[in-house]
Amino acid sequence: MTQRLTIAEQSRLLGAGEASSRELTQASLERIAQHDEALNAFIEVTPEHALAAADAADQQRKAGNGGVLTGIPMAHKDIFCTQGIRTTCASRMLENFVSPYDATVVERLALAGMVSVGKTNMDEFAMGSSNETSYFGPVKNPWDHAKSPGGSSGGSAAAVAAGLVAMATGTDTGGSVRQPAALCGITGFKPTYGRVSRYGIIAFASSLDQAGVLGLTAEDVALVTQVMAGFDERDSTSSPAEVPDYLATLEASVSGKTIGVPKEYFDAGLDPAYADVVNTALDVYRQMGAEIREVSLPNLSLAVPAYYVVCPAEASSNLSRFDGVRFGHRAEGITDLESLYTRSRTEGFGDEVKRRIMTGTYVLSAGYYDAYYLQAQKVRQLISDDLQRCFEQVDILAGPTTPTTAFGIGEKVDDPVQMYLNDIYTVSVNLAGLPGISVPCGMVDGLPAGLQLVGPHFSEASVLNFAHLYQKETDWHQRQPGQN
Amino acid sequence: MQWETVIGLEIHAQLATKSKIFSGASTAYGAEPNTQACLVDLGYPGVLPVLNREVVLMAARFGMAVDASVAPRSVFARKNYFYPDLPKGYQISQFELPIVAGGHIDLTLEDGTVKRIGITRAHLEEDAGKSMHENMEGKTGIDLNRAGTPLLEIVSEPELSSAKEAVNYMRRMHQLVRYLGISDGNMQEGSFRCDANISVRPKGQAELGTRAELKNLNSFRFIEKAINFEVERQIELIEDGGKVVQETRLYDSDKDETRPMRSKEEANDYRYFPDPDLLPVEISEEFLSAVRDAMPELPQAKAERFAEQYGLKQADIEVLTGSRATADFFEAVVADLGEAKLAANWVSGELGGALNRDNLDIAESKVSASALAGLLKRIHDNTISGKIAKDVFAAMWDEGGDADSIIESKGLKQITDSGELEALVDKVIADNPEQVEQFRAGKDKVLGFFVGQIMKATQGKANPGQINQILRDKLSA
Repeated sequence: MTQRLTIAEQSRLLGAGEASSRELTQASLERIAQHDEALNAFIEVTPEHALAAADAADQQRKAGNGGVLTGIPMAHKDIFCTQGIRTTCASRMLENFVSPYDATVVERLALAGMVSVGKTNMDEFAMGSSNETSYFGPVKNPWDHAKSPGGSSGGSAAAVAAGLVAMATGTDTGGSVRQPAALCGITGFKPTYGRVSRYGIIAFASSLDQAGVLGLTAEDVALVTQVMAGFDERDSTSSPAEVPDYLATLEASVSGKTIGVPKEYFDAGLDPAYADVVNTALDVYRQMGAEIREVSLPNLSLAVPAYYVVCPAEASSNLSRFDGVRFGHRAEGITDLESLYTRSRTEGFGDEVKRRIMTGTYVLSAGYYDAYYLQAQKVRQLISDDLQRCFEQVDILAGPTTPTTAFGIGEKVDDPVQMYLNDIYTVSVNLAGLPGISVPCGMVDGLPAGLQLVGPHFSEASVLNFAHLYQKETDWHQRQPGQN
Repeated sequence: MQWETVIGLEIHAQLATKSKIFSGASTAYGAEPNTQACLVDLGYPGVLPVLNREVVLMAARFGMAVDASVAPRSVFARKNYFYPDLPKGYQISQFELPIVAGGHIDLTLEDGTVKRIGITRAHLEEDAGKSMHENMEGKTGIDLNRAGTPLLEIVSEPELSSAKEAVNYMRRMHQLVRYLGISDGNMQEGSFRCDANISVRPKGQAELGTRAELKNLNSFRFIEKAINFEVERQIELIEDGGKVVQETRLYDSDKDETRPMRSKEEANDYRYFPDPDLLPVEISEEFLSAVRDAMPELPQAKAERFAEQYGLKQADIEVLTGSRATADFFEAVVADLGEAKLAANWVSGELGGALNRDNLDIAESKVSASALAGLLKRIHDNTISGKIAKDVFAAMWDEGGDADSIIESKGLKQITDSGELEALVDKVIADNPEQVEQFRAGKDKVLGFFVGQIMKATQGKANPGQINQILRDKLSA
């Protein structure tokens, strides 16, 4: 495989006139053609759209109006609505759905001149941690095709890891950006809840969903987040807070800063070899002059159970609009309303989606609401308070992104609880709405491991700064599949 | 057995915003189906609701008007159920934390006593669309123009004890929301409708009976008939040894009866939970005091002021304060004319009659307040008599123009010149010696005959008071 080019490198080439957007886009399309049959990272590739956008970007640069991202090829997770291009959410329900509008993220990146080459595969409606629930089949991990790339943004992670594009968007509801980034050996960033508009992202669990970026480096991720972030009047939950210049503080020293390491992260469940890799990563920060301090998240074990109440509850309601009436799959030969609903939804949704709709419906039902939904909301508050307390003592939290490296395709798909436990380190971050990043921090048995950094609300600049400095001292993020 | 009726009303008042509660689509009534439904109203994947702040202002205004507390923090919740005219599969409403709680309104009953009715709560919510069955060739059509229209649901305590009281309450609410300018109250278009919870119990029993809910009553007449029917039904049922079932019923105005809705139309578990797409509505003290400062005068205060300031009769006050527009019209006339009683008579009488006849709102009146004042001034200064004024008014109504030019062009000016009138009186006395005899013999009534003769001769333009005086002087001479 040829060396992957970061966004920063591609931007330099474009700026220096050493490559055109058309060339970079064509190269991306060729790599997709070459590798994606095996990987299945894309649901749809849109060469005509991409080349037209590339030509426009070249024109723009020629006219001197280009920005740093102008002309760089990328891909969108197929959960982002794209006008005139199918948006399937990897579901049969939306197999033929063409959105009449662009998501805010899509709009902003297009405005910045980025060239979308297509839509990436994912778990159906983002429900899954392995990309196996996709109606369009599982994505393969570029490091080992027998392994899962993680999920739900598995297609985006695999596409970036395999060098098909330098960057792809993702969404992170319980770890769906950070976990696949860790399992595919790339950088995955989820900003604070409310930092990036959710408008045009097909809703899974609205109080947890947040758009994120999967890329090769923290710097690249910062460049893209800079454009995606900011208030959007179409999303009431988007923050009006000003977006700082993430690039400006990327190189700032972390000497004298404190990094908290929750002791519960290293309890049973974490692969010892993975723990070693993470500890080695912490040493890198020590050498930079940062202090490592043990902290505690006493309610961590409740995070997964609470998450799997709140998230299905919201999902059960969010997915009610897929009823076969106005858009999406409609069963044939319908004679009455009841069968229109039941048959369209039975045919249109896969097993995991149905499981979550049923769980969510149950926990919101009269007589169960207090015991489940309300209780989960209380636990959510406890977890949030725990994290808040940590940030009174330390600047940032660090630990493993996942308990293990990539697992085999088919290994956990029949055991939802095992699958859900894979989210142990990531879900609490969503429950508290915090920004988190996963950066490659080593290899365990030939597969990448991820270091997760989590900061207080709206501390994106600091999180990116920590991640970037780590990548200056290490080369794990430069390792790529097939070149060991 | 003596029975007692207990009624609680849930009124749905459509708020008079230009755009919908969570989208920018227009709320105008009567457009082609699905032309006023944007992606948010259609519940498209990925779209999000954004609150129209205008509805918060309107709800707060209502809350203050009924002496309720306006919540500093209220929360939108999702009410989940499947129905084809409900695009998202849930309705955004308010559940545990409504924007308005704990108010009341006073009703004046037929016997003149005042009864205070508690208002449990009022909350904001979006309306659903409409299913269409006519001309659909056996299919069902869906019109989502109405989907997302803002509603204020006003829930009363179960403190109304007859159909008449329920109508009285409904009328007061109707008057109030229109005074507040928060709803046009158009019942035909469904902007103002109610559900009624009705139960009966033996007189003196503290415990409430089992209630039935009557859905979607949208005229004052139907509310009264529907409730009366339902009360009768429940009493008969119990007296025959049956039991009232808690259920939702519909009133059929053609048959004048209520009957149960099909059970399928009744969802039983709405799985309410806070809507994560919307932030809680936070209301500050500053906001509330701005609302308070901009509060219009309310019907009751206006009525009291009209009694005190203008010394009007209760019946006139009732009519003049019926709507804010009527009251404003009246006061504009008074301001111009400098006199209230004449204005009151005319606004509630002649003008009200003309509006009724032509089925017009006072805002559409063909005679403006200043034009009417112009006419009344001519009565006041004796240019014309009240009787002639009615003709002038009719001309103004039908043909337009101001009173003075009509009086002028039609020569309707009252004859007040005493020389001219005296000559007329002399002539009438000379022409009717027989009646003069009768009068002098003590038959006072004959005076009317003379007045009539003079009026006839002047086509009504003589001043009756003046003629009376002259006649008496001359006849007794």
